[in-house]
Amino acid sequence: MIEVQNVTRYFGRVMAVNDVSFEVAKGEILGFLGPNAAGKTTTMRVLTTYLPATKGTAKVAGFDVHDQSMEVRKRIGYLPENPPLYQEMRVRDYLDFVAKIKQVEPKNRKKAVDEALGKTGTTNVDNRVIKTLSKGYKQRVGLAQALVHNPDVLILDEPTVGLDPKQIIEVRELIKSLAGDHTIILSTHILPEVSMTCERVVIIDKGKVVAEDSPDNLTKKLSGSMRFKVVVDAPRDQVEEKLRSLPGIKKVIPANAPGEKKLSTLLVEGQGKEEIRPVLVKSIIENGWNLYELTPEGMSLEDVFLHLTTKEEEPVQ
Amino acid sequence: MRKFLAIYNREVKSYFSSPIAYIIIGLFLLITGVFYYLIVTSFVQYCMRADMQAQYYRMAPPKLNVNVMAIRNLFQNMSLFMSFFLPMITMRLYSDEKKTGTIELLMTSPITNLQSILGKFSAAVTLFLAMLAFTSVYMILLFIYGNPELGPVLTGYLGLFLLGSSYIAFGVFFSTLTDNQIIAAASTFVFILFFWAIGWVSAMVSPGLGHVLSSFSLIEHFEDFAKGVLDTKHIVYYLSFITMGLFLSFVSIESSRWRGR
Repeated sequence: MIEVQNVTRYFGRVMAVNDVSFEVAKGEILGFLGPNAAGKTTTMRVLTTYLPATKGTAKVAGFDVHDQSMEVRKRIGYLPENPPLYQEMRVRDYLDFVAKIKQVEPKNRKKAVDEALGKTGTTNVDNRVIKTLSKGYKQRVGLAQALVHNPDVLILDEPTVGLDPKQIIEVRELIKSLAGDHTIILSTHILPEVSMTCERVVIIDKGKVVAEDSPDNLTKKLSGSMRFKVVVDAPRDQVEEKLRSLPGIKKVIPANAPGEKKLSTLLVEGQGKEEIRPVLVKSIIENGWNLYELTPEGMSLEDVFLHLTTKEEEPVQ
Repeated sequence: MRKFLAIYNREVKSYFSSPIAYIIIGLFLLITGVFYYLIVTSFVQYCMRADMQAQYYRMAPPKLNVNVMAIRNLFQNMSLFMSFFLPMITMRLYSDEKKTGTIELLMTSPITNLQSILGKFSAAVTLFLAMLAFTSVYMILLFIYGNPELGPVLTGYLGLFLLGSSYIAFGVFFSTLTDNQIIAAASTFVFILFFWAIGWVSAMVSPGLGHVLSSFSLIEHFEDFAKGVLDTKHIVYYLSFITMGLFLSFVSIESSRWRGR
């Protein structure tokens, strides 16, 4: 549905996007993850025909974003970082206007607007002037705007920014429910969002794609070594020293929660794939301490993200 | 056409659902009303003095032309005030879209830049026409209490319409250049003033150059309309001025995509 091939974009001499390529299949939700200023928005703007690429091509639904931009525009719904709202308009009038410029047939327009209002839960504010709405509602109206013409492709730039936790869950559910009929690209720097909503993730940093896979695979691949959380009722320094001296242990990181005095919490990382739990337990018992907890700690997507974007590492295939 | 109308309707509604339209029309009527009062009263006083002089010398009272002595003067004043007021109408057209980010909606929707430019231009011209329509009250009063000729009044209005549309076309252009409304308005105003001033400068330079300069002057071409002369060369001048403004807006929007701001 979406093909991005070697897209590069300069702003003057600054390179914002560097040779980015990826594909999105029909009905898929793709998470576009990266720190601020990584080139997420620029890539999305190229896809939405807002900005031309300096090099490379992108196709949406088989149409080139540069040569057949009008065809592409008919098929995309776009929610930019700041929802493009006319503050002085009423919600319904605004959506009606968007439906007009998105070429919704006059006879279907009212239905299209009603549906967009319904899907985004904004029916109750349809007669309010947009500037009097809360940030959460503005964001939803922005989403309604992207949906109103029922586009094949939805491009959402940080759709949950500024919403309260309940609204965030609702919007995520909404986005998930849209997959299948719509192909969705969603950018964010909030990691749980990606693992919750997206089937595939593209991680981008400094304008380059550094990883591309499903959230699960990414975490699996990167957490090469085993890591455990150990809670023991002994002074931290002693435990730390003891554990560090054990064979097969690579790293011991103290991780006490603030205010936790009686117990010591430590993160222990083994070398390679070797099982270190028996060694750990044995050593703790031998020292006469009590073991309160021993749990495996998978590397979270957060760690993967930091791992990929803060260090010079081999890109993950 | 439907998309042009969508843009046009939205812009017109946005003018009239905010105080902008009412304040600008109100202030324009206030200032032109004051000048109307001053011009007409001084014309009346002049007529009375001329009548008295005629009686004193036992002559027939002179025929004083209200078209030449009052209406033409009023048109000239209005053309000046328009150069303050019209930039205030056009300043928000694109600047505001750029500032609030709604330009991203326009430029990722299946409408062409030409459709959006023409929609916005026409909306501003509509507001301007409303402004002019209210000033017809002044003329109606003159027709009730006096005996002016209709022709020069109509050509005068046509001239004001073309002149104002030229201001607006360049107002649209300057608002595509910046996301700051004040900068858009100020640069439009200075631009208009410049095209006025080259008419004055033409008197001070060599005749050849002077002729060239004065044929570029916005106001030089208006004189004939105010006098009641309808000349195609002036109409062509204003139409090309408008086309130029809209064309530059088009180029500016297209190039801003490449520049990325």
